[in-house]
Amino acid sequence: MSFKRMWALFMARNYEFIRDRAGFGWNILFPFLIVAGFGMMFSSDTASVLKLGVYPVSTHPQSGQVSVETLDIPERLIANNYIKIVGFKTYDDAIDKVVHHKIDLLLENGKSPLTYWVNESSPKGRILEKLVKESIVEDAVFEGRLAKNQIQGDKIRYIDWLFPGIIGMNIMFSSLFGVGFVIVRYRRIGVLKRLKATPVTAFEYLTAQMASRVLVMLFSSAVVWFGSDLFFHFRMQGSYFDVFWVFFVGTLCLVSMGLVVASRGTSEELSNGIINFISWPMMFLSEVWFSVEGSSEWVKTVAKIFPLTHFLSAARKIINDGADLTQIAPELTILLGMTCLFLVIGSALFSWTK
Amino acid sequence: MLLQSDIIQVKNLVKRYNGKTAVDGISFCIPQGSCFGILGPNGAGKTTTVEIMEDILEPDAGDILYKGSVRKKNFNQEIGIQFQQTELLSFLTVQEILKTFSAFYHTHLPVAEVIDLCMLNDIKNNLNNKISGGQRQRLLLGLALLNDPELVFLDEPSTGLDPQARQNVWQIIREMKQKGKTIVLTTHYMEEAQILCDIIAIMDRGHIIEQGSPVQLIEKHCQGEDCPQNLESVFLKLTGKHLRE
Repeated sequence: MSFKRMWALFMARNYEFIRDRAGFGWNILFPFLIVAGFGMMFSSDTASVLKLGVYPVSTHPQSGQVSVETLDIPERLIANNYIKIVGFKTYDDAIDKVVHHKIDLLLENGKSPLTYWVNESSPKGRILEKLVKESIVEDAVFEGRLAKNQIQGDKIRYIDWLFPGIIGMNIMFSSLFGVGFVIVRYRRIGVLKRLKATPVTAFEYLTAQMASRVLVMLFSSAVVWFGSDLFFHFRMQGSYFDVFWVFFVGTLCLVSMGLVVASRGTSEELSNGIINFISWPMMFLSEVWFSVEGSSEWVKTVAKIFPLTHFLSAARKIINDGADLTQIAPELTILLGMTCLFLVIGSALFSWTK
Repeated sequence: MLLQSDIIQVKNLVKRYNGKTAVDGISFCIPQGSCFGILGPNGAGKTTTVEIMEDILEPDAGDILYKGSVRKKNFNQEIGIQFQQTELLSFLTVQEILKTFSAFYHTHLPVAEVIDLCMLNDIKNNLNNKISGGQRQRLLLGLALLNDPELVFLDEPSTGLDPQARQNVWQIIREMKQKGKTIVLTTHYMEEAQILCDIIAIMDRGHIIEQGSPVQLIEKHCQGEDCPQNLESVFLKLTGKHLRE
């Protein structure tokens, strides 16, 4: 093993990545745009989650917004910040939107008894139906039958919960495509064959690739983190030192996974398919966008086979809950174990030319 | 020139791809310090033979001996290779590529010397994927010579070069021979083989069908006034005039 050779390959890969301005820029810009987009969507606690169609109503000529003064529906529905009211001039315009799940429920304006249409196959429609029914019940009905408690301490905003997921997703895609896809392409066009003709060993080459990718991903994640923090002021409950180790181990594990994908093959189309086959379920089940709490047990079990699940779990425990390294030791142990496993498989299968 | 013992011995080499035999039990020796040419039509098995000698491909049968014994771990420290077709790490300049590759070897020539030798001075700061085909061939040759190898494999080194650059490559090969280096050359240019090679093996359909010095081959196969006294005539006489793949 030669550190001189590894260093040369490491530096060469870094130059490649940094000088590929389009690729480098996209790696920084992509997560930033997603965070910015979600930040705007969920910047306040008043974000609407349910869409209530109302007809017939008049809308503002310029903005197209419903004129509230023309609404003759229960006040509680108008005042509910989680309900967005969408106005329609005619029944025919509106009912089509219910059928196609574009609005969750349709209410006739100023009609007594309160008349509505709901798509029975729409979960949101069923929830909104409950809210419509609740809106005509007197508060006195609930007195003595319900007891409301306030959550103590600071609330975690959705953007605070989502942010580690976005960074983790970016690292996942960059690791799988940036390592897996690139090495397969290098094999196809003969770069690896040229390296095989030198004293460079597979171990040296793969180690240099991993080190370069981990460095680049940590750098770009730091840029995205602090860049986004300027605008969204994320709540950081734990220590940056601890979260660095989580990102380091998580990135190492995902890059190692990329090496397994890249260990064989010369078809970029096939490797693209394999990476998509791995990354899409991982993205949905590893709680990048939403929690799998309440899902079937088998979903939770499957989610645990993905390294991103443990990566994000550890990151959120530190960022959102202020956990320290000892409290996330199980996740780190699993990630390190997976890294070793991927490296053994990747090294055993690796071929320069096949 | 003094020809010493054999640096490479190829014994009963066999290579098959999907049941099709590309190299069919060939044997030959390459004397140290010689320029050994391997000629043959497309699909004759030249590149496969050379890549097995380079330790890039595994043979299905047969042996390759380097300096009388099986190739050891440091074999690729002592050889230089110019592939027929290859890409390099992108977004690196010509000079950076040479520096990167020089770090792979225990000993190497100064990068500046290789740049001078292969006439790369004007393009040393250009990205290697932004240079012309001829410049690229010279860079690939530079990479093959970087570790001052004892044995150099050149797979069609002058393909795509203009006459000036081709003369430069020939001059480099002559200088290498003068320094006692061994060269294994494959080429489709018969003139190139005739000028540079000490020994030529002509391959067809996985076999070596003739072997000898250019003069010997011409004397043996070009008798009579209707046969021009050159290697191309020998080649066409032995391999036929019909088109290959």
